Amino acid sequence: MQDDKISAKLIEKAKELLSSGKVQLVIGWRKGLFDYDVTPSIFTTAEDLEKNFVYNKWCAANLSKYLVKETRKIETAKDTVRMNNKMAKQKDPASQDKPEPSVKILVFLKPCDTYSFTELLKEHRIFRDDIHAVGIPCDGMADASKKELLERCTVCKSKKHVTYDELLGEDGEVQDSKRFDEVEKLEKMTPDERYSFWQGELSRCIRCNACRDVCPACTCEQCIFDNPKSGAEHKVAADSFEENMFHIIRAWHVAGRCTDCGECSRVCPQHIPLHLLNRKFIKDINEIYEPYMAGSDMETKPPLLTFEKNDAEPNVVYTRDKSEEGGNK
Amino acid sequence: MLSLPVEKLNELFETVGSKENIYIPVDNTSGKADFKLWKKGVEMSKCLKTVRSAKDFFFPKTENLVNYKMNGQKIEMEDPRKELDNFVVFGVRACDAASFAIVDDVYIKQSPVDTYYKNRRDHGTVVTLACTEPAQTCFCKLYNIDASDPKGDVSSWIADGKIFFKPNTDKGSKFIDSVKSLLKDSDEKPVESQKKSTQEKISKLPFVNLDLSKFKGENMLKIFNSKVWDSLSEACLGCGTCTYVCPTCMCFDVKSFDTGDGIKQFRCWDSCMYSDFTKMAAANPRLTQKERFRQRFMHKLVYYPMDHKNVKSCVGCGRCLESCPIHMNIVKVIKTINETPLEEK
Repeated sequence: MQDDKISAKLIEKAKELLSSGKVQLVIGWRKGLFDYDVTPSIFTTAEDLEKNFVYNKWCAANLSKYLVKETRKIETAKDTVRMNNKMAKQKDPASQDKPEPSVKILVFLKPCDTYSFTELLKEHRIFRDDIHAVGIPCDGMADASKKELLERCTVCKSKKHVTYDELLGEDGEVQDSKRFDEVEKLEKMTPDERYSFWQGELSRCIRCNACRDVCPACTCEQCIFDNPKSGAEHKVAADSFEENMFHIIRAWHVAGRCTDCGECSRVCPQHIPLHLLNRKFIKDINEIYEPYMAGSDMETKPPLLTFEKNDAEPNVVYTRDKSEEGGNK
Repeated sequence: MLSLPVEKLNELFETVGSKENIYIPVDNTSGKADFKLWKKGVEMSKCLKTVRSAKDFFFPKTENLVNYKMNGQKIEMEDPRKELDNFVVFGVRACDAASFAIVDDVYIKQSPVDTYYKNRRDHGTVVTLACTEPAQTCFCKLYNIDASDPKGDVSSWIADGKIFFKPNTDKGSKFIDSVKSLLKDSDEKPVESQKKSTQEKISKLPFVNLDLSKFKGENMLKIFNSKVWDSLSEACLGCGTCTYVCPTCMCFDVKSFDTGDGIKQFRCWDSCMYSDFTKMAAANPRLTQKERFRQRFMHKLVYYPMDHKNVKSCVGCGRCLESCPIHMNIVKVIKTINETPLEEK
């Protein structure tokens, strides 16, 4: 796949949908100062698309989370017109309804982005009717700071697009990924080794919150760490225990909903392998319940949100791993 | 100029380290580098710059301000400050060294003096190291900082297998005196030729000649009201990465921690990118990310210079260019504002 060719194809598609009036906004990637520093951006004109739109190996940013904010703007505008029409009718029953604004967003989604997109739909965080989703092919994305293939792409979980309105190029398959290998390595460590591994990684954290703010599973109206009433809203940890807990709490919070999109690790300025925490949860859910992939369809109920009589009991944590060095005792 | 063979640098660290803490850039497991306390066996990194800036030594991420202890009906106040030991930060680049003056202007040269900050500044000796291979994202020259000739208490250069030292302050002379037995006087020609070749490299970097003439007080409102902020800020995640890696970002918040039998009051880095940065009892004047985003760049390029003899509150270290998750940064802001005509409001 040649970058220029595929980029041109996407621009063509966006221009066509804009000029036909099918969409009014395009969410894509904007060229930067160098080749690698592209920025997620909204395009509304053909000129802007031609000049500044780009799709290449540096377009790792997952655009699905931006749909939370953008579709909400559209729905708020519609609600306002509806409310005004209602009030006008109360004053004058003969008044003519003003038409609701109709705005649709074109969004380009790589295969793994469609998992986040689907999970957000499943959680009712975005409005499907406001979106025209175009699935696009992906040959793996590069890490802008290390200038090499992103870890998440070296263990790509799927080339299949889950949810879309149309596809550009061929659809792929779910991959037989080696993504749990690193987790297994950690599991084989002794508790002390594992503790010192995470201590070494997490001690670099500067609590910039980039991992949380980029995460498509983190869409709370107000994060507990921002809520002055929560008692946990400190901008830094008061001690090293709190420091570690921030990431562990976050991993718990997105457990069963994390699609392993890897954005947390990609944006971390300190290159902490945060995805390993999330992957541990995914691996455990697969083993304790049944193989489950968040965002892989709209129907399957998440194991952590359902109850079945033959579900594992909490003591599974103790009984599962009785080895001397690993596991809990 | 006094010098030392590079392979003997560890001896210098050992000599200094036996008396006081000395911090040097060290490679970490992620392939980047951080300042770390020197211990035997720790090697100095060859990286151009650390992920976090050297401001951490004087303005740490978190710092205990005061403790309150409840004793029945009585409240006791305790000042947790201890007499600080002297320390050395070694291998600071010209950009970070220049940032200290910008922070000093606010925390030391204005009243009231930030005694916590001043205490650390007084006890810290900064040994800078000249750059030889600036990155494409470096633009310190834009602010008249010379990466080939860094300031600080002591300047140093690694050239021709030797490390050369030049003291600039009393603290710097004391540092040199403490390691004098290791140093030999040698010809400073290699330093001069290195300076020349580095300066040549710097002059070819892409952002060293950006036009900053538009960023002045009389344009303040016009820039503030410019429509460019909408599109520049549209993808901003509202995280604090840019502010936390920035050597000149110096905002903090004061927080209280319930210890069970009292209160630990501490300050910690804050970020104008955060939603609660300007939250007050009545309301928050910066309701969307656009206002927060605009504040950061207006402060660096317009407000701070208006108060400080037109010195911009940016040193061109390029960390925000490298770390921002969405790759938005001060260079893109400067370029976009320059390309957009200012409109009368």
